[in-house]
Amino acid sequence: MSGAFPVKCTVKCTVNGAAQELQGHPMERLLDSLRDTGLTGTKEGCGEGECGACTILMDGEPVNSCLVPLAQAEGAELCTVEGLPARAGRKVSEDRAALHPVQACFVSEGGAQCGICTPGMLVAATALLERNAEPTDAEVREALAGNLCRCTGYMKIVNSVMAAAREMRAGGNRAAPPEAGR
Amino acid sequence: MVGETIQSNWVGRSVPRREGVSKVTGRACYVDDLSLPGMIHGATVRSPVARGSVRALRFDDPSIPWKEFTIVTARDIPGKNVVTLIEHDQPLLADGVVNHPEEPLALIAHEDKYLLERARAAVKVEIDELPGLFSIEEAEAKRHVIWGEDNVFKSFQIERGDVGKAFAAPGVRIVEGEYRTGAQEQLYIEPNGMIAQWSEADGLTVWGSLQCPYYVHKALTPMFNLPDEKVRVVQLETGGGFGGKEEYPSMLAGHAALLARKSGRPVKMIYDRAEDMVATTKRHPSRTRHRTAVTADGKILGMDIEFLLDGGAYATLSAVVLSRGTIHASGPYDVPNVRIRSAALATNHPPHGAFRGFGAPQSIFALEKHLDRVAAAVGLEPEELRRRNFLKHGGVTATGQVLKEEPGLNALMERAMKESGWAEKRERFARENPEARVKRGLGLATFMHGAGFTGSGERNLASVVGIEGLADGRVRVLAASTEIGQGTNTIFSQVAADALGVDFMDVEVARPDTKFVPNSGPTVASRTVMIVGKLVETAALSLKQVLLDAGYEVGDVREAVRRYIAERGPLKVYSQYKQPPGVFWDDKLYRGEAYATYAWACYLAEVSVDTATYEARVEDFVAVQDVGKVVHPVLAAGQIEGGVAQGIGYALCEEVVWKQGRMMNGRMTNYIMPTAADAPPIRVFFAEHPTPHGPQGAKGIGELPLDGVAPAVLNAVEDALRDLGGGLKFSSIPLLPERVYETFVKGGLA
Repeated sequence: MSGAFPVKCTVKCTVNGAAQELQGHPMERLLDSLRDTGLTGTKEGCGEGECGACTILMDGEPVNSCLVPLAQAEGAELCTVEGLPARAGRKVSEDRAALHPVQACFVSEGGAQCGICTPGMLVAATALLERNAEPTDAEVREALAGNLCRCTGYMKIVNSVMAAAREMRAGGNRAAPPEAGR
Repeated sequence: MVGETIQSNWVGRSVPRREGVSKVTGRACYVDDLSLPGMIHGATVRSPVARGSVRALRFDDPSIPWKEFTIVTARDIPGKNVVTLIEHDQPLLADGVVNHPEEPLALIAHEDKYLLERARAAVKVEIDELPGLFSIEEAEAKRHVIWGEDNVFKSFQIERGDVGKAFAAPGVRIVEGEYRTGAQEQLYIEPNGMIAQWSEADGLTVWGSLQCPYYVHKALTPMFNLPDEKVRVVQLETGGGFGGKEEYPSMLAGHAALLARKSGRPVKMIYDRAEDMVATTKRHPSRTRHRTAVTADGKILGMDIEFLLDGGAYATLSAVVLSRGTIHASGPYDVPNVRIRSAALATNHPPHGAFRGFGAPQSIFALEKHLDRVAAAVGLEPEELRRRNFLKHGGVTATGQVLKEEPGLNALMERAMKESGWAEKRERFARENPEARVKRGLGLATFMHGAGFTGSGERNLASVVGIEGLADGRVRVLAASTEIGQGTNTIFSQVAADALGVDFMDVEVARPDTKFVPNSGPTVASRTVMIVGKLVETAALSLKQVLLDAGYEVGDVREAVRRYIAERGPLKVYSQYKQPPGVFWDDKLYRGEAYATYAWACYLAEVSVDTATYEARVEDFVAVQDVGKVVHPVLAAGQIEGGVAQGIGYALCEEVVWKQGRMMNGRMTNYIMPTAADAPPIRVFFAEHPTPHGPQGAKGIGELPLDGVAPAVLNAVEDALRDLGGGLKFSSIPLLPERVYETFVKGGLA
């Protein structure tokens, strides 16, 4: 970032439970700062806060990280898709990630197709389920209305969130679904 | 011989998506997630005008350190300045003339992507503007000739029977109509992106978001004068395509490669949303005119159809989009006399291209909208008119194809009507609507979608699939067919697992990489499950046969593969597409078996129309279809639901606003696709009549849902408003509230 943004700042925050210092221009998008640290699970779909692919939790609230300047993250607690298993109290093992129930249900119920909206969707759904353990179909749709998906028509996404809500209420500890190949 | 009967242990089950966990954990690697050592960023300098002569490009703004930049123009192309597809008319970089807004003129690269963006804006482009063509009518009138001798990329004429005679028959009524569809943006949530790396020793490698690795490969070799083995194309995880990553990635790969070659460093090019929307392909706008001769008892004697597409500035895929739209224009009806004349015309819009449905959504919209008018003209209900004209087993299509299967359209329609509560709701809405501000209506469409390439297409592709044994006894499928969200990895695993009699998890699917996988053809045309899936099945059976012939017991295939490799070395077999006997197609006369088989469907929409806000909303949607054997119920339903949502957007809200050939609303803020709060419940039902052409009887599915949504929705809107002013007519999509309002005004109702 040599020519255009000579000014840099250091922002102290918590990312997925660990203290972190993010460096960059104060007006750099938090989306870029996070991705530059290797947290590439957070995606850019539109860069103008419409699609929600870059949704992260900032102090527990879902925000579009493409609209948040780095400086604003000072002292904040941030959670990206990579931090979801820990948020549900799951241990993350080396070879197979233990999953947050929302993640597990997106796999089992077909909530993820191409997968590019999925991290943002999962984060927004987690925020909903943390404040509303028993949402209605309409409440799920409303909570996810800021996250665009072009693949699913939203049916399987709503089903996934409802299934996760049931599982979380039951306190179930679903095993991660299998993955092989790639 | 093995494989006379295959047990469905995995096909038919909703197993977890193979790459599902990597997608929900954020570990799946999309192109923007990949970084190579020393990588810099590339950007495209584009034309500000629709048509003109380029006088100069100036890189002299004093605020930019130009010496730090890699700059590429048409002169830096080592081979042919052309994006190879069907015609050779589209340059990789404009050289002297431009033919559409946003046409690429030059490329720049720098390690600082912020500075790069400033530099792009600082390039001075001097162009002498020429007048352009911006509509089907302007292209038709040949106000200027911008392509060939007559602005026509391609035209077709299909004739069956004697249309003149049908229209002159005594007692027939003639019903006419004109229908229009707008452009539609694919709007995959991951924009186009590509990384290229160049070295003298290894040649060129590109990694990207793309549907068709071998299309990109075929385009790159002549651009760089390289032999096939010096060009390698790797598909990374791809965040949606819908046709939008069928042909455009060839252009982007060429651009990134030019910058990589000149700079000597890996180059990443990622379009932002605005650039992706204004510069890349969209669904072709269309105009269709229908004249229909129908008897008093509702038998359609003749159809005379004119179908025109706006192809944009270069030929790209317009000829084949037109072909599919033309063949589908007379729908699933047995009409003895048909004439379809069609053309794709050149304009100065950016080239229109592939988008799920590929011409069929346009012509089927017109037909299914028109048939409700025909029904009304002879006093029949919409379902009854269709019932009296459905194609049946042994019936004949417009191209003269005699159907060897029973489409079962009446059963599909009955099912849709039952699931929607058609009879009860029609009666109730008719009673309640006159007093209601928000009026309700029901509409349906019956239609089909041909699976695989049209006519001789699959024969010409002659696709190849491989399967290889791994040392631990598992197997790996080798194909260039890409996973773009639709489930390729999962489906291929299921099909191969059943053919071999092994566990689903014992099959892996190789990443599409032209260095390692054969050309199984493009991931388009609803061909992946049916055509390529069948090749996967055949290859798997051949592998089993090789084991048997070598004397291995195939009761435990995994163990047999392990032992074979340990004792004899590599185990790899291929299968290649062969046209089934009896499939005949005449490319010149456009007659014969257009498709080996079709998916058949009836879609039914329930809408509400608010007569105060003029907003139409879909309240309920029933989609009933026969796609043969359903390989994976959850994925299959997901395909239909996603397609229906795209179709609702196409019908009601997705409008591309044009000004002098340029898209004016290239943002998600003002190009509106349905959200979770807008989309209705979409209820999906399958009938499963197997086809011999696909693995375990499966047909193509991906494009089908786009075809029937928009006409069902607009038929429902007309139904909701039929008590107003003698009935309001809506013949164009997208039907925004503004358009509804204008129709009310014209009808003296607002």
